[in-house]
Amino acid sequence: MLKIKNLKAGIEEVQILKGINLEVKAGEVHAIMGPNGSGKSTLSAVIAGKEDYEVEDGSVDFLGEDLMDLDPEERAHKGVFLSFQYPVEIPGISVSNFIKTSLAEKRKALGLDPLPAKDLLKMMREKMELLSIKKGYLSRNMNEGFSGGEKKRNEIFQMAMLEPKLSILDETDSGLDIDALRIVANGVNKLRTKDNATIVITHYQRLLEHIVPDFVHVLHEGRIIKSGGKELALELEKRGYDWITKN
Amino acid sequence: MSDIKKQSEDELLEEVTSSEYKYGFTTDIESDTIPKGLSEEVVRTISAKKNEPEWMLEYRLNAYKAWLEMEEPNWANVSYKKPNYQDVIYYSAPKQKPVLDSLDDLDPEMKRTFDKLGISLEEQKRLANVAVDIVMDSVSVATSFKETLAEKGIIFCSISEAIQEHPELVKKYLGTVVPVRDNFFSALNSAVFSDGSFCYIPKGVQCPMELSTYFRINEAGTGQFERTLLIADEGSQVSYLEGCTAPMRDENQLHAAVVELIALDSADIKYSTVQNWYPGDKDGNGGVFNFVTKRGICHKNAKISWTQVETGSAVTWKYPSCILKGDNSIGEFFSVAVTNNKQQADTGTKMVHLGKNTKSTIIAKGISAGYSDGNYRGLVRIAKGATNSRNFSQCDSLLMGDKCGSHTFPYIEVKNNSSQVEHEATTSKIGEDQIFYCNQRGIGTEEAIALIVNGYCKDVLNQLPMEFAVEAQKLLEISLEGSVG
Repeated sequence: MLKIKNLKAGIEEVQILKGINLEVKAGEVHAIMGPNGSGKSTLSAVIAGKEDYEVEDGSVDFLGEDLMDLDPEERAHKGVFLSFQYPVEIPGISVSNFIKTSLAEKRKALGLDPLPAKDLLKMMREKMELLSIKKGYLSRNMNEGFSGGEKKRNEIFQMAMLEPKLSILDETDSGLDIDALRIVANGVNKLRTKDNATIVITHYQRLLEHIVPDFVHVLHEGRIIKSGGKELALELEKRGYDWITKN
Repeated sequence: MSDIKKQSEDELLEEVTSSEYKYGFTTDIESDTIPKGLSEEVVRTISAKKNEPEWMLEYRLNAYKAWLEMEEPNWANVSYKKPNYQDVIYYSAPKQKPVLDSLDDLDPEMKRTFDKLGISLEEQKRLANVAVDIVMDSVSVATSFKETLAEKGIIFCSISEAIQEHPELVKKYLGTVVPVRDNFFSALNSAVFSDGSFCYIPKGVQCPMELSTYFRINEAGTGQFERTLLIADEGSQVSYLEGCTAPMRDENQLHAAVVELIALDSADIKYSTVQNWYPGDKDGNGGVFNFVTKRGICHKNAKISWTQVETGSAVTWKYPSCILKGDNSIGEFFSVAVTNNKQQADTGTKMVHLGKNTKSTIIAKGISAGYSDGNYRGLVRIAKGATNSRNFSQCDSLLMGDKCGSHTFPYIEVKNNSSQVEHEATTSKIGEDQIFYCNQRGIGTEEAIALIVNGYCKDVLNQLPMEFAVEAQKLLEISLEGSVG
């Protein structure tokens, strides 16, 4: 599904990613771990198409198309979803209005009419139930006055509504207490199918207890320096990043 | 390096804010005009052409004399070349728009704008002056509205007609809220006003419809020097909408309207404006100067609520105000003012608290884009006798790009210590982060800006009558969009 080859990218002439290679197949969950400043968030921003970042070399192939040729919204229409580490507030725009717009734009790009209001509402209700979201949430303004946990849950709710092929969860566990973490992780697990894939970006192993990865990659100074199975995460937790980076 | 689409913020803003006003079309149609310039003779001619009674002529002549002694104000934070008042034509009979055979003959740009605004086909025909089939004609609908209003004793007609038919009401109230000598433009308007609207709601009557609905199926006659007088008698209630979201092109550069509202005891007036006059080209040439005096007076327990969405005009100078004379009266002002390209706006409100326990609310939202300048100027004055009064003001500015400006000039005077005044102000920029977030959710940049702007204006748009709220929302998108149509 996703093939990243020798990706080099940076911001304001500072190279942050120094040759990333990664392949993600449908149905897989990959975890990307690494210390602060290793380039984890840069990688997610480059895949999603944030324009501050300059891609210097390499390619990112998504379902046979070079993602780097597409605008961020076109990438979203093709099925790339980024759960933001710091979701932004959009004052005055309700969650339901935002999601309605978002879904309608995606469907338009795919040549479909917007979902009829009834079906949309039904879908929202189902997904809210999936994520234990309380009534009244839909009419709140996007992320305005949301707690850290509510913001992250709102990200996963949008993911559930948009049904992306590739989801990148950027530090989704940060700012979550253990209960919120469990709810969010359960939601993500329920959304897993054999046709979609997930990249989980995290500092800590604790999220991976709930969202169990098929592969774990360690990112350090812009390169993947080690890959392995889920045990790698446990090992890292025990021995710290120094264990790998010092070698 | 891969060819990722890279667009700097500047380029993007340039693109987004460079929409030209595409609807202007002018016509050469003979009209009944008098020579340029202003003199006592011209004032007399206007009055005579309108067959006015002696007292009206006196009123105009007094105003003219007052105007001669006044100077054009220059305290507003706008700069423009002052009009030569001797180079203006002060009377011109209503011009005829060309009659089209069908909507197919309409300028396609215009048609697309109408569609975008969601204006019904029927109304499009009316606005575009398409000759309509008699069965389809809205005249019959208008007539039935007129009957409904007449049954309730509501008078709704042109001010010229009111001067002829209801002189006692006009005489009693005209110039009582905005005196002739109030300011340079009100004096000018009082001397030469051509036409406008008059509305009277009798005691205890709730106007059964939004007068906007009525307005929209009639000719929304907008003149150069418009005069509006609206009287809501004790315990009555009315919602009135002027203007139109449909683009308005006018050859008259100078507009100086006066609107007076009178809310007698326990009356309730809601007055909404959507203004979309020609703003001039990208370099600021040729747009309309909109110098308006709007003021209402609230008697005991009365309420006046002003709502305005201002997207047009090259220079706007406008402060819809409330004089809260009666105890327990309420004044409200909700405003969205958009400036783009070289537009300049100095707009806001005045809330003058005279009665006890009076309340006022001000929500002003400015949006500046391009090279424009948007200013909020507001006065809250609480007199000594206006004990236990309250005011809440919120003035927000949203900037798009770094070449536009926005200023807030609040004036607060409180003369007693039992009253309470709150003022909140924010300035924000549409963030790249917000736009990227929307992009990531599949929403393109232009739609994202529209969405963010609409969210920002929601508190004001919610005050508009339903059908206009939707149109006004779309109008905001169009005003700020790069690709119109």
